[in-house]
Amino acid sequence: MNRAAIVFAALLAVLAVLSLLAGRVWIAPFGDGPQNAALILAELRLPRAVLAVVIGAGLGAGGAAMQGYLRNPLADPGLFGIAPMAALGAVASFWVAPLLPAALAAWSLPVMALTGAALGMGGLALIAGRTTSDGAGGAGGGIALFTLAGLMLASLAGALTALAITLAPNPFALSEIVLWLNGALTDRSWREVGIAAPLTVAGIGVLALAAKSLDALTLGEDAARSLGVDPRRLLGLLVIGIGLTVGAGVAVAGIIGFVGLIVPHLVRPLTDRLPSSLILPSALAGACLVLAADSIVRVLPFVTELRLGIALSLIGAPFFGWLLVRMRRGRL
Amino acid sequence: MLTAENLTLRRGGRSVVEGLTASLAPGGITAIVGPNGAGKSSLLLALAGLLEPAGGAVSLDGTALGAMTARGRAQAIGYLPQSPDIAWDVSVASLVALGRLPWRDRGSAEVEAALAALDLGALRHRPVSRLSGGERARVLLARVLSGCPRWILADEPLAALDLGHRDALVAHLKACAAAGQGVAIVLHDLALAMNHADHVLVLDEGRLVAEGPPAVALAAERITRVWGIDAAWVGEPGRRGLVTGR
Repeated sequence: MNRAAIVFAALLAVLAVLSLLAGRVWIAPFGDGPQNAALILAELRLPRAVLAVVIGAGLGAGGAAMQGYLRNPLADPGLFGIAPMAALGAVASFWVAPLLPAALAAWSLPVMALTGAALGMGGLALIAGRTTSDGAGGAGGGIALFTLAGLMLASLAGALTALAITLAPNPFALSEIVLWLNGALTDRSWREVGIAAPLTVAGIGVLALAAKSLDALTLGEDAARSLGVDPRRLLGLLVIGIGLTVGAGVAVAGIIGFVGLIVPHLVRPLTDRLPSSLILPSALAGACLVLAADSIVRVLPFVTELRLGIALSLIGAPFFGWLLVRMRRGRL
Repeated sequence: MLTAENLTLRRGGRSVVEGLTASLAPGGITAIVGPNGAGKSSLLLALAGLLEPAGGAVSLDGTALGAMTARGRAQAIGYLPQSPDIAWDVSVASLVALGRLPWRDRGSAEVEAALAALDLGALRHRPVSRLSGGERARVLLARVLSGCPRWILADEPLAALDLGHRDALVAHLKACAAAGQGVAIVLHDLALAMNHADHVLVLDEGRLVAEGPPAVALAAERITRVWGIDAAWVGEPGRRGLVTGR
C-alpha cells in the first residue's frame, strides 16, 4: 500500500462516518438521536454509503486504468462506449419491464444495463482487438482503434438513448428515464449493493492484473511490446475491467460522470505517477469523492434532492477546463 | 547470434524489406545504415521480435523469435525506440526500473548498476520532464540496460544529441559490446558507423546491398551509389570524416 492509498483510506474512514451521520436528520454519534436512528442507519444510510464507496471505487480505478492505457490524462472511462451502452440497456428496460412478470421486472433495469455494458465490451473488443497482419497494428493499432470504436459506440448509444427518450411510452416513463440518466443513489438498498459490489471488486481485480502492462505503456507501444506486453491480453483486461466497474455503476446508479477523470489527478502527485501505483489509491479516492458528493447533495437545502450525476458534472466540467488550461501551459 | 534468414517484411500492405539474410554477432556494434525509407527501422523491429515477418524468420541463437514467449524474448532483447514519448512525468529511477518488467522483480541491484553505468545516480529522483536531451537519452538507455538483455537494439539513439553527449553514449554502447552484449543500432551518421561500428549492414529500398567491416561496407563508391552523392573519406582510421557533394 503506497502513501496515496494510506491517505485516501484514512480520508475514506472519516467520510464514511460523516456520511452515516449526515442527512435530512442528523444522527449525533453520542447522546440521544431520533427514535428510528438504527433503522435509518441500517436500511438507508449504510447501504447508500456502501454503494457510493463501491461505485466511486470502480469509477476511480477505471479512470486510472483508462488514462494509463490511452496514455492520456484527459481520458474518462465513461467516454468510451461502455457507460453509454449500459445506459442504453437501462433505458430499454423501461420498455421491457411492463411486459415482464413483476418478479422479473424488478431486475430488468440492472440486468439490461449490464447486458448493454457487455455488448459495449464485446463491440470494443471485436473492433479494437483486430490487429493487422503486418504487425503495425500491435498495441498501437489497438489503442487507436479502441478510442475510435469507443467514440463510435458512445455516439450510437447516445443517439439510440435520445430516440428512446423521444419515443417514451408515457410521460411517467419519460420522467423516470431522464431522472435515472442523471444518476443518483437515492433510495438504493442492499439489493443494489449486492449487484454492484461483486462486479466492481472483480473489475478492480482485473484492472490490477493489467497494472504492470500499463506501466510499460509509459514508454510507448513498441517499447511496451519489447518489454513483453501482449497487446491483446492488455486490451482484453481493460475491456473486461472497465466493463465490470463502469457497467456495475451504471446498472445501479445511472450515469455518474467525471469521477474517473478527476480522481487520478488527485492521486498522481502522491505517487510515482506510474499507472500501477494509481489503481488502488484511485479506487479509494473515487470512493471518497462519490461518498462526499452524495453526502453533500443529501444535506443541501433543496426541495428535491440534487441528482448526484448532475452535482458531479457541475464539479467535473470546470475541473476538466482547469486540466485543459494546465495542459495548454505544459504542466500536465 | 541474431540471425535474419531470407527475411521479408510488410507494413501497411507495402513490402519494406525483401529477402534479407544477415547474421549479427554479439560482442560488437552492428550499425544498420541506409537512406530514408530503406527499411532500417522495420528491420530493427523485426530483429526485436516486434514485427512479424511476412516471409523468412529471425532467430536468436538458433531459436526462432516467433517460437519464444513474449517474456523470454523481452528478457533476451532490449529495444530502444527512437526518441520515445514518455507518457507520465515519472522519476529517473522509476523509469529505469521499467526495464525490469520482463523479469517481474524490482531488480534493485540491476537498476542501481544501470544508473551507475550511465552516471545517473545524482538524477535518480529527478522527473523526466526536467532532464536535458542528453540526460534523457542516457536514462532511456539505462532503462534497457537494467533489463540485462543479451542484445541491445536501438533506433537512432544518437539523433538530436550534441557531440559531447553523443560520444558519451557511443562509449557506453561500446562498453556494453565489450562486456559481451550484442548491440545493433540504426544510424544516419555514416561517420559514426565508420568510426565506431564493428559490422555494418547497408540497406537500400528494402534490400541488403552490402555488409561487412565498415571500411568495406561503407566504401566511398558504395555511398555514391546508394545515397546518390559524391563522397570521400578523409582522416585516419577511427577518426574518419565524410566529405560529400553533388
